[in-house]
Amino acid sequence: MADGLRVYRLMVAAKIRSAWQYRTSFVMFLFAQATITSLEFVTILLLFDVVPDLGGWDRREVALLYGLATLPFAASDLIISPVERLSVHVRAGTFDRFLLRPASSLLQICAMEFELRRIGKLLPAVAVLWWAMAGVDVDWTPSSVGLLVLALTSGTVIYSALWIATASLSFWIVATQEATNAVTYGGQFANEYPLHLYPGWIRAVLGWIVPLAFVAYVPAVALLDAPNPLALPDDLVYASIPVAAATLVVSLRLWSLGIRHYQSTGS
Amino acid sequence: MAQVVRLAAVDKTYAVRTRAGRVRRRRREVRAVSDVSFTIESGEMVGYVGPNGAGKSTTIKMITGILTPSAGRIEVLGLTPTVDRRRLTRRIGVVFGQRSQLWWDLPLIDSFELLHHVYRTERARHDANLAAFTERLDLGGFLDVPVRQLSLGQRMRGELTAALLHDPALVVLDEPTIGLDVVSKYAVREFLSETNRERGTTVLLTTHDLDDVEHLCRRMLIIDRGRVLLDGAVDRFKAEHGNDRTLVVDLESAAEPLPLRTGQVLRTDGPRQWIRFDRRRTSAAAVIAEVTAAGAVRDLAIEEPDIEELIRRIYASRTEGSPGDGVGL
Repeated sequence: MADGLRVYRLMVAAKIRSAWQYRTSFVMFLFAQATITSLEFVTILLLFDVVPDLGGWDRREVALLYGLATLPFAASDLIISPVERLSVHVRAGTFDRFLLRPASSLLQICAMEFELRRIGKLLPAVAVLWWAMAGVDVDWTPSSVGLLVLALTSGTVIYSALWIATASLSFWIVATQEATNAVTYGGQFANEYPLHLYPGWIRAVLGWIVPLAFVAYVPAVALLDAPNPLALPDDLVYASIPVAAATLVVSLRLWSLGIRHYQSTGS
Repeated sequence: MAQVVRLAAVDKTYAVRTRAGRVRRRRREVRAVSDVSFTIESGEMVGYVGPNGAGKSTTIKMITGILTPSAGRIEVLGLTPTVDRRRLTRRIGVVFGQRSQLWWDLPLIDSFELLHHVYRTERARHDANLAAFTERLDLGGFLDVPVRQLSLGQRMRGELTAALLHDPALVVLDEPTIGLDVVSKYAVREFLSETNRERGTTVLLTTHDLDDVEHLCRRMLIIDRGRVLLDGAVDRFKAEHGNDRTLVVDLESAAEPLPLRTGQVLRTDGPRQWIRFDRRRTSAAAVIAEVTAAGAVRDLAIEEPDIEELIRRIYASRTEGSPGDGVGL
């Protein structure tokens, strides 16, 4: 495990050194990613110019929800989303290389396709969360901060599992990146708004199928004293831990099944 | 001697889906490798030869654990490749001629350093190996050059080093000389035979270049359409099948096939004629003399039989010869 992480670190460092040779492109992408993420939040702020609240939640409360959704997404986007390049490697046959080395194939692909410029999403997410934390009516005691850390951690795990699971599909089907992005990016977008705004079937999907409700909405309800029309119990936030663990286990299982399928088809 | 590779009745079938009608798709089984059995002993150097699409790469992928055989058993260094894949990777080295394992944008030396960590080789051993390979393959001049700026020959020398730095007991090479110039080909061959001789490394290489096999291997396996056609000593094979040469001549004008004593005209195309002769019975000089005596020659070239031609002859000798006699090796 420690060895694996050291190999990962060295391979990521190698990728950053490689990317540094194309500095201009790096800086432009970093800027673009930061801008896009910021604009998403600006859109939400503009909504508040028209309406006083979103489902009873005010500006800062929605901002906290946004931060809780975006920060884990950006973190998983930086660390795990490189796995979506699997479809390219499977098609080009370059995935074989990862199977011929004594390191986890998942870890290798995440390191080989690492893009530091994705950090551009992380910065606005941190800024918004900070701004929201300063303004919401929450007493930031050790226990509420602990809750926040728990939410951010399990949120990152849930998003990561989603990336791994959706990427694994390309072991079976060709050209899935667009379809799977609908789940990951689409799910993230849905997560930026209070869950009770959505019709029942979307809530069911986000609660039970791709459990993204546990990333932001459930912890936000627990932390905030905001309207809770779904009457979710505050303690539901602790379910995020088993939910995150379960999604991770399922996704890793899917990955290893995918490798076995790859080995039998040689696609 | 210990067996390094053992294949017993190995099959590999792929399911290929083709369109049949608007929506319907028909599933068809394609057999890439069929009933392949052979063993390779420790320290051997074996050429695995066949035309494109014969099943060479599929076999290599099964030996290295990338593909699971559909039937039969494979054992490599006492391990089952797909089951013990990660363990096996430490003990084998793999070179794919057309796919790099080097870090494209970084200096060559960085790839070696990364692989040292990936394979967790001892520092001292890594340094000693790298020093030895740098000298042998003359890497010194371009260790600090990014891989993408290397010539194909330089890159291939880098690939060989990368595959051998962790002292594998078996090295598997898929078309290691493809696209290389004569000098680089020579360097690659020389390096492989030295490694085999001095380190006792077992070498299995696929190629469609018979020259590679002639220079490197004492034993060759010929595969065609997924089946092993021949498994035997390279010398004997050459003695039996590799003595024909073809003289290609361009005459001043189109002519009837030349009546020759030393050779036989296989076919004509306008002024060009293909003349086959057996180099054990006659010399190229004698054939050329007879041809120039018979007509004005503008240009000529001598061709050695290529792999496809040899396979055709094996098939031919099989149907002519007594059944069950195999290919006479």
